[in-house]
Amino acid sequence: MSGALLEVQGLHHWFGGLHVINDVSFACRPGIVKGIIGPNGAGKTTLFNIVAGAFAPFSGWITFDGRGLTGLPPHQVAACGISRTFQATRLFPRMTVLENVMVGMHARARHGFLAGLAGPLFTRREEARVREACRNVLDLLGIGDLAGRGAGDLPFGRQRVVELARALAAQPKLLLLDEPACGLNPRETEEMSALISSIRARGATVLVVEHDMSLVMGICDEVLVLSSGRMIAEGTPREIQGNAEVVSVYLGADDA
Amino acid sequence: MKRYAPVLLLAAVVVAVQLLLGAVKSEFLLTQLTMSAYYTLVALGLCLLMGYAGQVSLGHAGFFAIGGYTTAVLSTAAAAAFSFAPWLSLPAAVAATAVVAFVIGVPVLRLRGHYLAMATLAFGFIVSRVILGTALFGQADGISDVPGIRLFAGLVLTGKRNLRVQNYYIAWTLVTVGLLFAVNLIGSRVGRALRAIHGNEEAAAAMGIDVGRYKLAVFVLSAVYAGVGGACLVHFNAGIGPGEAGVMKSVRYVALVAAGGMGSPGGTVAVSAVLTFLSLRGAFGLYDDAVFGALLVGIMLFAPDGLFGLVPALRGRR
Repeated sequence: MSGALLEVQGLHHWFGGLHVINDVSFACRPGIVKGIIGPNGAGKTTLFNIVAGAFAPFSGWITFDGRGLTGLPPHQVAACGISRTFQATRLFPRMTVLENVMVGMHARARHGFLAGLAGPLFTRREEARVREACRNVLDLLGIGDLAGRGAGDLPFGRQRVVELARALAAQPKLLLLDEPACGLNPRETEEMSALISSIRARGATVLVVEHDMSLVMGICDEVLVLSSGRMIAEGTPREIQGNAEVVSVYLGADDA
Repeated sequence: MKRYAPVLLLAAVVVAVQLLLGAVKSEFLLTQLTMSAYYTLVALGLCLLMGYAGQVSLGHAGFFAIGGYTTAVLSTAAAAAFSFAPWLSLPAAVAATAVVAFVIGVPVLRLRGHYLAMATLAFGFIVSRVILGTALFGQADGISDVPGIRLFAGLVLTGKRNLRVQNYYIAWTLVTVGLLFAVNLIGSRVGRALRAIHGNEEAAAAMGIDVGRYKLAVFVLSAVYAGVGGACLVHFNAGIGPGEAGVMKSVRYVALVAAGGMGSPGGTVAVSAVLTFLSLRGAFGLYDDAVFGALLVGIMLFAPDGLFGLVPALRGRR
């Protein structure tokens, strides 16, 4: 055992005849921010969805915190301590910001249908605990003032931060961020970088798929480069920037 | 607690209506009001399923009929053949409804949107045709002479004229308690999970919500509301006919929930109580089904937030 929090071995996945994930293996040590980069269609989001349980891989295995994760459905992956955000923000638009974040704590609370029907006498204590923890998360990310706002009414940049809060509410051991800077302006991207750094400083482990090179190079301890479903490089941001294959495949393709 | 205001309001209105009708010697109206309460239970259950979890059912008349026919058979043919405490047929009817909902729900809830609507519609057709084709259920004649059921503390579930007032209170107490349960559930972790499923299933699952299990549970719960309504109404009416399982009845429940504002149990109870009462009084004449069909179309087109949503909308435009 290498002491890795997340370990992915020999992962393969196909979409029809397309080999979208081709023998991907990597490990993620606790307490680091690991970036996954690559040109469009490299398989980054697919890899993410497999780790999060949205797809079962054709072959290969995933272990997390000493447990096998391969083929578990998303809600069980979440219950293991993995939270995620989505590339296109997926908040619950008709719920308030606080309610969205409270849904994020679902796996950290217990009461079910019977207690729910029976009422506050049975749920009040837990609800108070959940509400307070979620307010704290909102305050931590500097959006405490938005708690009562409808999530669907917020500007896009704010929705992104709320989604991050919702993922953090579960106090995950591993946070999966799918293109957190996608659609943000440079100032918002900078804010997002700062937020991720502050989360990392509090001891979280983060796996981030990202297009924005400034964000990747600024916050990642390690970077994994995918191209056409294959891993072509892995290392520190500095090593990656100096890798000739990466420069030709990734940066070249991105500039085109 | 602000969210309990509809429950308290309902309890107050229930008592006020009874006192008022007693004062003006119009207690005969309590009969239709009692019946309307049992239909309102169906709408209330459907409100949890549609308004919160966002899952459509066009088969709720089927669940109402399963509850009703189960207790009807148990209280007549089965009671003549076997001996058991008569009140047992009520929990048995509710259990039968829950079991059928569970068995139907497992495959059907994999479907979404229009496909779910079609599958539940087909379920309603099946229940309706099974009733019409089965001798035990009295086919087109239905089941009559269903006896009343002695409950407890001198309460009897029956349509007898001298027990009209207590039956009005039995029925509306059930609705009030049903509303209380609904409000409790909505305000809990489970209610948030259901609304999250409505909002985005993938995101809900990523938050650790077992989407399939929650949908099934709320589907069964919603059917139980319908089953309770059906079972009680059978004893109040002393019978049941195949019309209760008709597809137009299911459409009517959907219309009531939509008119009540989809995600508003209080609104659903208010709209259902009034419209069902008017319908039972024959206010819509031969156009009864057409009125509810038109209501559904009208709500979808002009008032997606329900009848009560119209008021602030009008204000907002000025």
